[in-house]
Amino acid sequence: MTGNYSREDMSLVVKTASRLTAGIILIFGLHIILHGHLAPGGGFAGGVIIALAFVNLLIAFGKETRLSRISENVASKLETVGAVMFLAVALLGFFGGTFFMNVMTKGEAFNLFSAGTIPLSNISIGLKVGVGLFAIFLALVILERSRK
Amino acid sequence: MELHILLLFMIFAAITAMEVKDLFSSVISLGAVGFALCLAFLMLKAPDLAITQLVVELLCLIILIRATIRKDLPLVVEGRWVFNTFTTVIFLCVFLSFSWLALRELPSFGNPLMEVVRKYIEEGVNKTGAVNLVSATVLDFRAYDTLGEVAVLFTAIIGIMAVLRKPGKKNHGDAA
Repeated sequence: MTGNYSREDMSLVVKTASRLTAGIILIFGLHIILHGHLAPGGGFAGGVIIALAFVNLLIAFGKETRLSRISENVASKLETVGAVMFLAVALLGFFGGTFFMNVMTKGEAFNLFSAGTIPLSNISIGLKVGVGLFAIFLALVILERSRK
Repeated sequence: MELHILLLFMIFAAITAMEVKDLFSSVISLGAVGFALCLAFLMLKAPDLAITQLVVELLCLIILIRATIRKDLPLVVEGRWVFNTFTTVIFLCVFLSFSWLALRELPSFGNPLMEVVRKYIEEGVNKTGAVNLVSATVLDFRAYDTLGEVAVLFTAIIGIMAVLRKPGKKNHGDAA
């Protein structure tokens, strides 16, 4: 059993490179999410990029070190939080009359704080997609481990 | 012109992915199809789709490579090749004739039939305040569709978590 786990992590080169780049990938994903209403991208793409940053660390360092930071249950709960946030943004529209109404102030175009509820929706979808896809990857890795 | 070259490359890569004997090479060819599709989206001036296609393709490739890298599944190729070729040719003929009939009726490229789309493009920035028209459409005009997509993803993740949950691992520990 322990023999399998010691083969999990990769070589020093891969470890160092992924330690240096994981943070940059994470910041790039956040940038894609937050600028979803100004530039190409949005919640889904940014969320997948965030999931890729965690998957990168998981592959390089092995399962054990990563799972101590963010476990399967935490990922599952955070994903639910994202889904409920999106529904809450949708329900905010009832202040203006209808479901999904854009009630917040539009602001000025080309500004970061503009477009009403669209950035909030982007953030919630990004949280949901990123954590959800990472949870799927964790579940698949655990399945593969338990088969051996 | 470049688009046609890319499409031909995608068809060749897809045929390679089906015909090659090794499972790992098949996954790599599938990745080539996905990245060529990403380039095609860029040429058609759809950067949102290109970004999404690129990152989803990367995640799928990582999962598929991890799943297939140490497994060598045997391929059954013998027998019944006359019947297989015959059915393949018949279905190709039926598919091509029906798609010729269907594609003839489509509107020409870049001229959508729906009038409501023109309204989105003209008044999108004023009505929503978002400069990115794709975000404005997905999260404001057509937010119901996005809600459905979120529900689909949520259900998929719940299903995976229910099927692949922890107890399987615990049983293995007891057996060992």
